[in-house]
Amino acid sequence: MLKGWVIVCASFAYIGFLFAIAYRADKRADQGRSLIATPYVYALSLGVYATAWTFYGSVGRAASDGVGFLPIYIGPTLMMILWWFVVRKMIRVSKINRLTSLADFVASRYGKSALLGSLVTIIAVVGILPYISLQLKAISTSFQILLQYPDIVMPQKIGTANILNDTAFYIAFFLAMFTIAFGTRQLDVAERHEGMVAAIAFESLVKLIAFLAVGVYVTFFMFNGPADIFGQAMARPELAVLATPFGGAAGNYVSWIWLTILSMLAILFLPRQFQIAVVENVDEKHLNKAVWLFPLYMLAINLFVLPIAFGGLLHFPDGTVNADTFVLTLPMSQRQEWLALLVFVGGLSAATGMVIVETIALSTMVCNDLVMPPLLRFTRARFMQHEPLANLLLDIRRAAIIGILMLGYFYYLLAGEAYALVSIGLISFAAVAQFAPAVIGGLYWRNGTRAGALAGLSVGFLVWGYTLMMPAFAQSGWASLSLIEQGPFGIELLKPLQLFGLKGLDQTSHAMIWSMLANVSAYVLVSLLSRQSAAERIQATLFVDVLSQTGERTGFWRGTASAASLQTLVGRFLGPARAADLFDTYARSRGVAVADELDADARLVRFAEIQLAGAIGASSARAMVSSVVQEEPLGVDEVMAIIDEASQAIAYSQKLEEKQAELEAATRDLRNANEQLKALDRLKDDFISTVTHELRTPLTSIRAFSEILHDNPDLPVEERARFLGILVKESERLTRLINQVLDLAKLESGAAEWQNVTLDLREIVDAAVNATSQLFKAKNVHLDVAVPTASAPVAADRDRLMQVMLNLLSNSIKFCEPGQGRVAITVSQDAASVRVDVRDNGVGIAKADQMLIFEKFRQVGDTLTEKPPGTGLGLAICRQIIGHFGGQLWVESELAKGATFSFTLPVTSAAAD
Amino acid sequence: MSLVLVAEDEPAIATSLEFLLRKAGYDTCLARDGEAALALAHQRHPQLIVLDLMLPRRNGIEVCRALRADPRHALLKVLMLTARGGAADIDSGLAAGVNCYLVKPFSTQELLAQVAQLLPAGSAGHAGRESRE
Repeated sequence: MLKGWVIVCASFAYIGFLFAIAYRADKRADQGRSLIATPYVYALSLGVYATAWTFYGSVGRAASDGVGFLPIYIGPTLMMILWWFVVRKMIRVSKINRLTSLADFVASRYGKSALLGSLVTIIAVVGILPYISLQLKAISTSFQILLQYPDIVMPQKIGTANILNDTAFYIAFFLAMFTIAFGTRQLDVAERHEGMVAAIAFESLVKLIAFLAVGVYVTFFMFNGPADIFGQAMARPELAVLATPFGGAAGNYVSWIWLTILSMLAILFLPRQFQIAVVENVDEKHLNKAVWLFPLYMLAINLFVLPIAFGGLLHFPDGTVNADTFVLTLPMSQRQEWLALLVFVGGLSAATGMVIVETIALSTMVCNDLVMPPLLRFTRARFMQHEPLANLLLDIRRAAIIGILMLGYFYYLLAGEAYALVSIGLISFAAVAQFAPAVIGGLYWRNGTRAGALAGLSVGFLVWGYTLMMPAFAQSGWASLSLIEQGPFGIELLKPLQLFGLKGLDQTSHAMIWSMLANVSAYVLVSLLSRQSAAERIQATLFVDVLSQTGERTGFWRGTASAASLQTLVGRFLGPARAADLFDTYARSRGVAVADELDADARLVRFAEIQLAGAIGASSARAMVSSVVQEEPLGVDEVMAIIDEASQAIAYSQKLEEKQAELEAATRDLRNANEQLKALDRLKDDFISTVTHELRTPLTSIRAFSEILHDNPDLPVEERARFLGILVKESERLTRLINQVLDLAKLESGAAEWQNVTLDLREIVDAAVNATSQLFKAKNVHLDVAVPTASAPVAADRDRLMQVMLNLLSNSIKFCEPGQGRVAITVSQDAASVRVDVRDNGVGIAKADQMLIFEKFRQVGDTLTEKPPGTGLGLAICRQIIGHFGGQLWVESELAKGATFSFTLPVTSAAAD
Repeated sequence: MSLVLVAEDEPAIATSLEFLLRKAGYDTCLARDGEAALALAHQRHPQLIVLDLMLPRRNGIEVCRALRADPRHALLKVLMLTARGGAADIDSGLAAGVNCYLVKPFSTQELLAQVAQLLPAGSAGHAGRESRE
């Protein structure tokens, strides 16, 4: 038998055990041997995401919507991929600025705006109330059901009993006490609640074990394994439909997508998730493991949802048992009282974990962002005399905790009955999703303004209230149902559940579409239209660029203060002893012995402000510090100048990078150019060396024979004549060589003078033949000339073209056998060009040499016979000339079969005459 | 009488060299390329070779190397003629075993003085006679 006192005792024993863990963890933290400095505890504590809603509600949702419960867990798993970027940045920002809540985060980002902090706090509190009421409902329902053991009786409707007889009321009260005990033992919330985190991690373990225990029991003891359960369920059509995604019961893909997005945002922006993931984070590196450990936890806790749901539906076919209670009622129906008690404790774990963390987070917001700013503004004089302020702050937080839990209880009374657990939770999810544009925009978009954030949050919150909160009230009978059914004043377009005629969606998707649309557009549009104040610009830069900042940011501040007055100020909120400790440590870190000797510079002021921010929030801390510091207000212009300087530095470094890349490219180009120059240089050296050699050869003969003639006056006449003949020939050779080298140099450098006129190529051929007729006769070489009857007009320099023709003709004679030589000249013409072929039947040129002969000083010939006369420059010059006229010069030949030198020239347009 | 092999492809220069050397009292023979020079050296065993660097078929350096690798020509002197006066050419010539280097255009007196120095009267002739036996 499970008497009421047994359950109550078990609950208190469990809570007591949690306290023991927390106490031990706090002690260890004080000794510097932190219990929670491991990624496993961090990941487990993130499991606070799974509340009583998961514990009881998932099965309830699965029983009505089948696999439709999944998106709530798929979202966070997907979000883990983005965690490394988003959450790491949030942690860095929060650590640097000692931000202790989402409200502080948003307020600080948009210029430490107290108004924005208050708005975020209100949205968070109002938005989370349904969620807290859900936990109360879950605990009280499970308690009442367990009380009836072994009978299974659904609890009565809420509100029929007196408040003082209502279990939920007492649960709310005791939860408030626990939370106060857990969360407000120390003031500075930026110093993490290590004890609380350890207890929460333990709770995550307990609820997982309890849920797995029920799952295993239902699956393997009540039924014969999953195959059995699913087999029986599939046999019944009304259950089979639950197993298909995107089908009837699970909702269409639109609601899957929106629920997934919604839970992706919730895992970031639920106050308790922010508290655990960001504020309580010990080490950024823990994220590395958490990103796969947490999804693993999600998977484990969802493993048995469908088996339990189907098991419950099969076991209680008549529908009298609420599916939200299957986790508890299934073991009860089998008289497993210890298992039932374990389940109750598991559910208690899930609920208390959520309530404790959520309420601590909310109470911090309420205290720092809702209560303190007006308190400081309107009663500063009196307030500053109040001693001790630290206790006042703690009192405010305690009151806030009680207030929040009581509000949660009243929401439970108002609306708790109308909705299943999951639907209540989704209302809260949608509320905190409204923070997404302001926070994510604030982290990544420099130009998001305070006005934009205010507009986006307000509009989004209003639409959320209209499309989600109000229908919840109406369906609970606290507002007129006609509002939902006919729209306000009978205007159909404004029906809260079908706004502007958007139909066919579930309530949550519908609300998300409209509220996010309104929120994002308002945030972006107003941001674009409004101007940032100096403070906003500074904060925006600090947030957006947080990951690239190194070292300490001194902030932008000018003024005078004394270290003593700052220490006193901090002492008022943190206690004099604590403040002295902090300032002494700071003094030592700056290399000063005692705090009194500290320079009251911008760094010290910022240090003091950050210490205060941990206790009273960023905007209040700013206000307090400025009250003791004689600040010379920084003009907007000055701040802009500072920021411009910073952005100039960034732009400058970007330019440097660009310059460096340019320099590297230029270096590459230079290196290539240098290589080319070196190659050219080598060519030039080769050329000069070759020219020198060619010049020295005739010079050698000339000198030798001159000296011989000089030294031997008595030489016989005929020998003398022979030597003089050699002298003449070699002198001519030298002259020819010098002329051709100069000629080639002129052609190559472009310095040659050209007198281009329209010529008839036939005339040139005639002239060349006439000029060489003596040579042909002397070597007895036969010449054929074939020219067309029509004129062959080309644009060229007459002398140059003549030079080419003469060169080709004398070459052909040179390589012909005397007496047997035949040379043929053919001129032909097509539409575009005129072609001249000079064919001989001489020794021919080997294939390998056909390219070489056009190079300078390359002569090819049979070296056993005499070296061919000539300079070796003729063909190189010819090719230059023909190329200059836009034509081509080439050779076709085979050894011993003669050679044909051909060139083409373009027909000139003056061909008409 | 000492035999001098003239290895030179330019006919005018070859004519002048043969004239000068004969006038100075040496026997001469002429090769127009590197291969011919080697063949003639094996055949006639000259005491000196006046070797042009830029010979067809096998250049002067190759010819010199081949002669130096052959023990039959251990006593042969080599006088290299070159139209290229670069230090690199001189170095490679010396490395190949050239005894003396003359840059074209050369002075006839200097040529004869170098030849006389390389072929002291008597010993060269003696060596020549021995190798012919």
